[in-house]
Amino acid sequence: MGKLSSTLWLILFVLPQQVLANSQFNMRKGVTDISNDVYQLHMTIFIICCVIGVIVFAVMFWALIHHRKSKGAKPAQFHESTKVEILWTAIPFVILIAMAVPATKTLISMEDASKADLTIKITGSQWKWHYEYMGEDVAFYSILSTPQDQISNQVDKTNTYLLEVDKPLVLPINKKVRFLMTSDDVIHSWWVPDFAVKKDANPGFINETWTKINEEGIYRGQCAELCGKDHGFMPVVVEAKSEQAFTDWLQQAKQAKKTAAAADAALLDQTLPKEELMVLGEQVYMASCAACHQPTGMGLPGVFPALKGNPVVLGDINDHIDVVINGRPGTAMQAFVKQLSIKQLAAVVTYKRNAWGNDTGDVIQPSQIQAAIDATSEAK
Amino acid sequence: MSSVTEQQHNEAGHHDGGHHHPAKGFKRWLYTTNHKDIGSLYLIFSLTMFLIGGAMAMVIRAELFQPGLQLVDPHFFNQMTTVHGLIMVFGAVMPAFTGLANWMVPLMIGAPDMALPRMNNWSFWILPFAFLILLASLFMPGGGPAFGWTFYAPLSTTYSNDNTAFFVFAVHIMGISSIMGAINVIVTIVNMRAPGMTWMKLPLFVWTWLITAFLLIAVMPVLAGAVTMVLTDKYFATSFFDAAGGGDPVMFQHIFWFFGHPEVYIMILPAFGIISTIVPTFSRKRLFGYASMVYATSSIALLSFIVWAHHMFTTGMPVAGELFFMYATMLISVPTGVKVFNWVATMWRGSISFEVPMLFSIAFIVLFTIGGFSGLMLAITPADFQYHDTYFVVAHFHYVLVTGAVFSIMAGAYYWLPKWTGNMFNITLAKWHFWLSLVSVNVLFFPMHFVGLAGMPRRIPDYALQFADFNAIISIGGFAFGLSQLLFVVVVYKCARGGDKVPAKVWDGAEGLEWEVASPAPYHTFETPPEIK
Repeated sequence: MGKLSSTLWLILFVLPQQVLANSQFNMRKGVTDISNDVYQLHMTIFIICCVIGVIVFAVMFWALIHHRKSKGAKPAQFHESTKVEILWTAIPFVILIAMAVPATKTLISMEDASKADLTIKITGSQWKWHYEYMGEDVAFYSILSTPQDQISNQVDKTNTYLLEVDKPLVLPINKKVRFLMTSDDVIHSWWVPDFAVKKDANPGFINETWTKINEEGIYRGQCAELCGKDHGFMPVVVEAKSEQAFTDWLQQAKQAKKTAAAADAALLDQTLPKEELMVLGEQVYMASCAACHQPTGMGLPGVFPALKGNPVVLGDINDHIDVVINGRPGTAMQAFVKQLSIKQLAAVVTYKRNAWGNDTGDVIQPSQIQAAIDATSEAK
Repeated sequence: MSSVTEQQHNEAGHHDGGHHHPAKGFKRWLYTTNHKDIGSLYLIFSLTMFLIGGAMAMVIRAELFQPGLQLVDPHFFNQMTTVHGLIMVFGAVMPAFTGLANWMVPLMIGAPDMALPRMNNWSFWILPFAFLILLASLFMPGGGPAFGWTFYAPLSTTYSNDNTAFFVFAVHIMGISSIMGAINVIVTIVNMRAPGMTWMKLPLFVWTWLITAFLLIAVMPVLAGAVTMVLTDKYFATSFFDAAGGGDPVMFQHIFWFFGHPEVYIMILPAFGIISTIVPTFSRKRLFGYASMVYATSSIALLSFIVWAHHMFTTGMPVAGELFFMYATMLISVPTGVKVFNWVATMWRGSISFEVPMLFSIAFIVLFTIGGFSGLMLAITPADFQYHDTYFVVAHFHYVLVTGAVFSIMAGAYYWLPKWTGNMFNITLAKWHFWLSLVSVNVLFFPMHFVGLAGMPRRIPDYALQFADFNAIISIGGFAFGLSQLLFVVVVYKCARGGDKVPAKVWDGAEGLEWEVASPAPYHTFETPPEIK
């Protein structure tokens, strides 16, 4: 008897766990205590469902095989049994309670974001993530880095196709990291399967969740809530580093920010040639604008306006700069002052005013952009 | 003069106790108040929509056949997923059930027609216009709705294209049609049962439709409210769902799913009724646990009002809310389980044969139960954080809606088609239809569980390379399933045109009033109510 039950245990619980763990058929165990708990919960319910399914279908197929008319089966007359009916209402109820207990425990610990060592504010926008290390003065956008020619099948796709970004979120291991989620436009959902963290980023509200990573590594996920045209092109990449490496990285990031600010300040006195601005402008346009306005500048009629022949682009320079840096509230046009440097902004405005037959001949310098930014902040 | 004479003639015919024959040509269908005609209209409309919605699914599967963007741009892809969902829910499944109710409820309860025949005509004939409006928007600059059939704000408000108003009005018309249909079903069942047809003698299909009709009346107005708020948020600067004006986008989801969850039971309760009719027929044994079936259906309907937020576990609910909705959702598996156990107990020690309606019913029981199991898994909140918005969910709701609702409709169609036409359908072709559908539907939807668990989000036009193999298999299953449905069209068409004549009682084990009228069912039936003992 003992042998039989241990064999059964092996077949029902141990084997499937071995086969299914971390295979491409199943949920990942992940790299946090919570993700392991969730995986165990998932496997437990799955196996309970399988056992119930096998029993019920075995009974049904037994009847289908043995109680066939073609075998001369005569129908029985019974059509109710209070005893049986109470039994098969009560037993599922007990099974449900057995499932609910561990689920409740895991859920309560998942929702306890208190006593965090580090807080990251995550802001979704169409179609990129913004990460801010609260109190550390480090913040950046994280954008899909898969080249367009891979997506349009002109070159071979690499292993991390659609799951790669220009700047990953860097986190320390063995620290409780709290995430604050919000959005600048529509609802997004930040998901890393290896952490079992998925939380919606709602515009105008802040959600809270947390993780504590056990292993160094690179973990990839995606936006999970339909957020418009490029919902499928909005990956999440997290690089988990040792505590020391994380501290070093944070220092470097702060340093890089200071260097960039100094470079911006130096630009204010310079006059950049049109050619340089046009080359940089095209790069910036393809990365930040083309998703909506299209590489051809034609937009999507009825959804996103064309920039070719657009009255704003061909009109007053200051109005054009204002739209680019401050966006248009109530539309999908974002405020790019947060996302691009003054050099990038100058380049992209120059590019738009000279590409696709928009031959204004205008050249915009970083200093003009800075002046517009200053004017906006004064107006506020 | 001649027109006056004709009119008088028609009126004379009308006074003749309603024994006139149907008008000829298009006018018969446009002016009809006959429940059988309207039932047929609903069913033909539903089949047409099923094929159009299916064609959109083919576009989706063709794009997802391989990684990379090949055929359509992401904006059009989003329109396809959105309109596919809307058409299948509001254009295919719901009208099919309404069509079956129109045809069968009066026949099953011994009534001469539906209680409100003119409204019946109206509730059908506004439907084609709703879908014309919706489909027309696909061809306008900017395209049709691209925000998912769940149209979450603010994607459907501030960030949607200019044609959103067409979507809103289309949904309004669909809602009005459903509400009128539901009122008709309720009034008919409550008032027009033949003498002696007491509540606990009602056929289960009638019971499940009665409960469904109450669900429809309760929640379709909620949907109307949701789309209206979307309309005013988008075009009239209100801010129901915009935090900048004091609104809340998550509020939209609460309102939508307060409609949406009962809605999914609207699409499955009549299916339970059909299966509970067919399984006893071909087991030649009475349905096991009739009373418990009625109680289980009612409890599922009641529970459907208190589980809506299980669609929203990741929106950031307080933990108490998450626990409540998790427990309430898990509870639904108890009455659902009772139903499955009852069907199995009905077959147990019966005298079973495998006619086509029975084949679809057995497939329903197994595959719907698989969908039920994945539903139970989704109810477990911590696990749902991993499953939510992935292909695991897509697999789940296609198991309950395609191998659940659609298979039950197929079963019902094959079961009653001989009664409607007086002809037996081509059994060989019908069996081909069944087996091809059964195999392909599982090739189509089963691997979706795997890609979902492996981390593929839903509603994406392109995906990472590790999902490529499964997606190719899924697409092949999808094309095969889509093509198999053309066989169904052929079978129905041939059966309507001719075939072996069938007696009044088509199936030897069948019970119920519908088998006491001739086949094909005469244009007018039960003008004198039958006596039920």
